[in-house]
Amino acid sequence: MADVKEGYLVTEDLVKRFDEAIAVDEVNLSIRQGEIFALLGSSGCGKSTLLRMFAGFEKPSSGRILLGGQDVASLAPYERPINMMFQSYALFPHLDIWENVAFGLKREGLPKAEIQQRVGAMLDLVQLTPYARRKPHQLSGGQQQRVALARSLAKRPKLLLLDEPLGALDKKLREQTQFELVNIIEQVGVTCVMVTHDQEEAMTMANRIAVMSKGRVLQVGTPQEIYEFPSSRFVADFIGNVNLFDGRLSIDEADHCAITTALGEMRVGHGISGTLGMPVTLAVRPEKISIAKQRPAGVDCNLFLGKVKEIAYFGSYNTFIVVTPDGTKVKITEPNGSRHDLLHISWEDEVFFWWDDTDGVALRD
Amino acid sequence: MERFLRQFGRELVIGVPYAWLAVFFFLPFLILAYISFVDMGNDIHPFKPLWDSASGVVNLKYENYLSIFRAEGRALFDTLYLEAYGRSLKYAFATATLCLALGYPFAYFLARSSAHVRPALLMMVMLPFWTSFLLRVYAWKGILADQGLLNQLLMTLGLTSEPIQMLYTDVSMLVGMTYVYLPFMVLPLYANLVKLDYRLLEAAYDLGATPWKAFWLVTVPLSRAGIIAGFMLVFIPALGEFVIPSLLGGPENLMIGRVVWDEMFTANNWPRAAALAVVMIGAIVVPLALYYRHHGQAEAQH
Repeated sequence: MADVKEGYLVTEDLVKRFDEAIAVDEVNLSIRQGEIFALLGSSGCGKSTLLRMFAGFEKPSSGRILLGGQDVASLAPYERPINMMFQSYALFPHLDIWENVAFGLKREGLPKAEIQQRVGAMLDLVQLTPYARRKPHQLSGGQQQRVALARSLAKRPKLLLLDEPLGALDKKLREQTQFELVNIIEQVGVTCVMVTHDQEEAMTMANRIAVMSKGRVLQVGTPQEIYEFPSSRFVADFIGNVNLFDGRLSIDEADHCAITTALGEMRVGHGISGTLGMPVTLAVRPEKISIAKQRPAGVDCNLFLGKVKEIAYFGSYNTFIVVTPDGTKVKITEPNGSRHDLLHISWEDEVFFWWDDTDGVALRD
Repeated sequence: MERFLRQFGRELVIGVPYAWLAVFFFLPFLILAYISFVDMGNDIHPFKPLWDSASGVVNLKYENYLSIFRAEGRALFDTLYLEAYGRSLKYAFATATLCLALGYPFAYFLARSSAHVRPALLMMVMLPFWTSFLLRVYAWKGILADQGLLNQLLMTLGLTSEPIQMLYTDVSMLVGMTYVYLPFMVLPLYANLVKLDYRLLEAAYDLGATPWKAFWLVTVPLSRAGIIAGFMLVFIPALGEFVIPSLLGGPENLMIGRVVWDEMFTANNWPRAAALAVVMIGAIVVPLALYYRHHGQAEAQH
C-alpha cells in the first residue's frame, strides 16, 4: 500500500450519550483509505454504537465524522455512500438473492442493463450465480453471509461496515470464511471498518485494530503492535493470555528498568521514564516464558523457581500453571514441536522458569 | 385410565376440537344444505321432508337455487337477490378497505410503540368490546342524526346552516361497519407487524431506500399475511352483516343479510333462505380455497 491516504475516515471528539449513559466517549480515529480497520472490545464497549453512527442509524451527541473530507454526521443513512453488512445479514426474506443484491442499485435508479451487469458481477465475485433465484432461507449460513457481502458491495460504497461479520457462523466455517472475506474486500479495494468481540477474528482480518473499553479507544495499532506492545494493563489482558506481575519501579534507565515484585526483581529491556517507587505492572506472554527441570546455563535475570500445579495438553502446545513459593500463579505455554515429550515435566515437579528481559512489557496504570 | 390416555391422548386432544367442529359447524351446514333442496312447508313445518314416507313422494327441488338467478318476467341474472349480493360484496369490500386504511397505520404505530405504552394502546383497541355492540351502533345514531352531535357541531361552527343528512345513507352505514370491524383488522396486523425485524428496515435505509420506499418495499410485502388475515376477518362477517345496515343504512340499501332474514321470517320461505346462504358461503369459500391452494403450492416450490 504505497498510496495510502491518511485520514480517509476521521472522527473528531465523537460522543454518543443515551440518556445519561455515555456509549461513545470522545473517540478520535483516523482510518486510512483501503485498509481493514477493526473495532475490538467486549459487549457494551461502544463499538457497535460507533459503527451505527458511521452508518447513520445513530446521531452523534457531539463531534464530527468526516469521510473523504466531507462531514457525513448530518446525512440520513440512505444519503451516505456507506454500506453495512449486518450481523444477522438482514437479507430481505421476500426477495430472492438476485433482487437482494439489486435492491440498492435499483434505489439509485440505474438503467436496467447496468443493474443486470453489476448484480451478475457481484454474484460471480461471491460465487453464488447458480443461486440467484433462490430465497435467502434456502441458503446455508455461509452462503447467506456472502449474499449479504455482495449486497453491501454492489453499490460500490466508499466505506464498508462489517458488524460481527463471522458472528453467526460456526467455528470451523469461520476460519475458512475470514480469509475469503478478506480476499474479496481486498480485491474490491474498499475501505472497511469491522466490529468484533473476537480478538482472533480482528487479528487475522484487520490491518489495524482499535481496542475499546467503556466507550473509549484505548490503543490503535497493527495486530502485532497491540499484541507485543500493549499500552495498558487492560489491552494486555484483553488480547491473548498474559501474566501480570504487580510491583514497584526500582531502576529506571533510558534502555532498561527493573521492577521489584513479590517474586523478586524483574528486569525489563526498555525504560518507562517514571519515578522510582511508583506502581508498575510487568506483562509477560505465556509463550515467551521457558520452563525446565534443570537450572538453565547463561541466564542471569528473570529466573524463578516454582512447582507445577496444572498441565493441560492442547495438541499443538502444552500449558503449565506454575506456583511460586509466594503463591503467585504463572502461566507458561510450550509448543509441542516433537511427538515425544522432551521436557519430562509432571505434576508437583520443581521447575525453573525464565524469560528474556526484552520479552516483558512494563505498564504504568 | 393412564394407559388409555398414553395410548389415545394425542387422538383425544386433536379429536375434541374436530368433534366440536363436526357437530356445531359441519352438521348444521349439512342441515342447511338439506333444507335448500326441499320444498316450502306449511304453517307448522317450515319445510317438507326430502322423502315423504306417507305418500312416497321425493321432494328434491333445485328451484330455490334457480330463483336466485332468474326472476319471473325478467332477464337472467336480473334479480333482487343478485343485486343484494352485489351490494353486499361492494360494501363488505369498502368496509374492509376502509378498515385497512385506518387500521394499518394504527397497527404500525402500535407495533412500534415503546413496551410500556403498548398494553394501554392494545387495551384501547379492545375496550369497545366491553360494551354492548347494539349500544355502540345506537351511539352512532346519536352522532350522525339530523339533530345529532356532529350536525350540531357543524352548525355551531357555521360550516352549514341546515343539518346534513348523514344517517340512513351509505356513509352512515360504512362508518358504522368500519367502526365495529376495525379491531378485527388491527389485531392481526399488529400481531404481524410486531414480529417485523427492524433491522430489515435499517438494511433498506442503508441501501439507499427512503423511509417511504422502505415501507412499501419491505414493511408492506412482509406484512402481507397480516393484511390478508385482517381483510378476511372484516370482509367475511361484513358480507353477511344484518344489524348495522338495518340500524344505520338507508332503505334502498338492501343487503343479503337482510334478504335472508326477510325470506326466513317474513316470507317463511326457509328453503330459499337456505339456498341464499349456501350460495353466499360458496361465493366466499371457493375463491378462498383456490387462493390458499395456489398460495400453498407457491410456498411448497420454495
